[in-house]
Amino acid sequence: MTVAGKMNQYQVVGRKAATEDHPNPEAYRMIIFAPNPVIAKSKFWYYMHQFRKMKKTTGEILDCVQLVEKNSRIIKNYGIWLRYSSRSGTHNMYREYRDLTLTGAVTQLYNEMAGRHRTRPRSIQIIRTATLKASELKRDNGMQFAKKNVKFPLPHRVASGKRGMKALSSSTFTTQRPTTFFG
Amino acid sequence: MVFKRYVEVGRVVLVNYGPDAGKLATIIDIVDQNKCLIDGPANLTGVTRQVIPYGRIALTDLTVKISRNARQKSLTAAWTEADVLAKWEASSWAKKMAAKKKRASLNDFDRFKVMVARKQKSNIIAKKMKEIAA
Repeated sequence: MTVAGKMNQYQVVGRKAATEDHPNPEAYRMIIFAPNPVIAKSKFWYYMHQFRKMKKTTGEILDCVQLVEKNSRIIKNYGIWLRYSSRSGTHNMYREYRDLTLTGAVTQLYNEMAGRHRTRPRSIQIIRTATLKASELKRDNGMQFAKKNVKFPLPHRVASGKRGMKALSSSTFTTQRPTTFFG
Repeated sequence: MVFKRYVEVGRVVLVNYGPDAGKLATIIDIVDQNKCLIDGPANLTGVTRQVIPYGRIALTDLTVKISRNARQKSLTAAWTEADVLAKWEASSWAKKMAAKKKRASLNDFDRFKVMVARKQKSNIIAKKMKEIAA
């Protein structure tokens, strides 16, 4: 079960254990999103024994390396194809996110799926991810920010009363309601 | 109620929460409706390039002319051209912030001096009021 938090991307390579008749079995490589390498390796076996006849006891992991985003200074559009199980069945889904890194987008995905669909991380399988150009976006939300000259005000700014303050106001009683208009 | 301050590429903002609280930065790109990418530039204000949610920033009236994702060099050039730091220090917002900071850092003798000055000021005003009333 993947415990989500900040996700990292790992490349895990594994193969069936070498035997006398098959001294050099084929190695398989997977890209896994997981919070740490331990869970990454566990997920590797989870998927591998679904796809091929190999499991942790009969196989070995050759390599587990963290993949780092090539350019984490610019915002990119990510499309993620996933498969998830809900209370009534399992479905495919396609979601888009704007973020600096792929792992940031995947973290957003897990949090959003939990919020909108009550999906736990264990029920989510990421099929495919892609970095998209602005013209390839399909969902409205990302499209409206991927344009040129995006500009909008911040209307009705509500102060967070808990941030560093004991209360919303420094005095117990006041005659003025707080202002939410800051230009 | 017309809005004059917009979230846009080039808008100068004041960070008001977090490790960079109290520092100026510029919006260089917009992620989505909740967060944007800001940069100091780091050599002028000390804010490094990072994503920050709108709840942690306050928009100012100043903007600089930059293109999206401007690098630090062009951002610094735009800041010196628009003379942002000087304009900011001259604004009443910055002056009020500085006054508040000064007031919080007074020692006892300074507070004594403030008290004496206030008494002198109210003395002058009272005298003048008496003159006018008479």
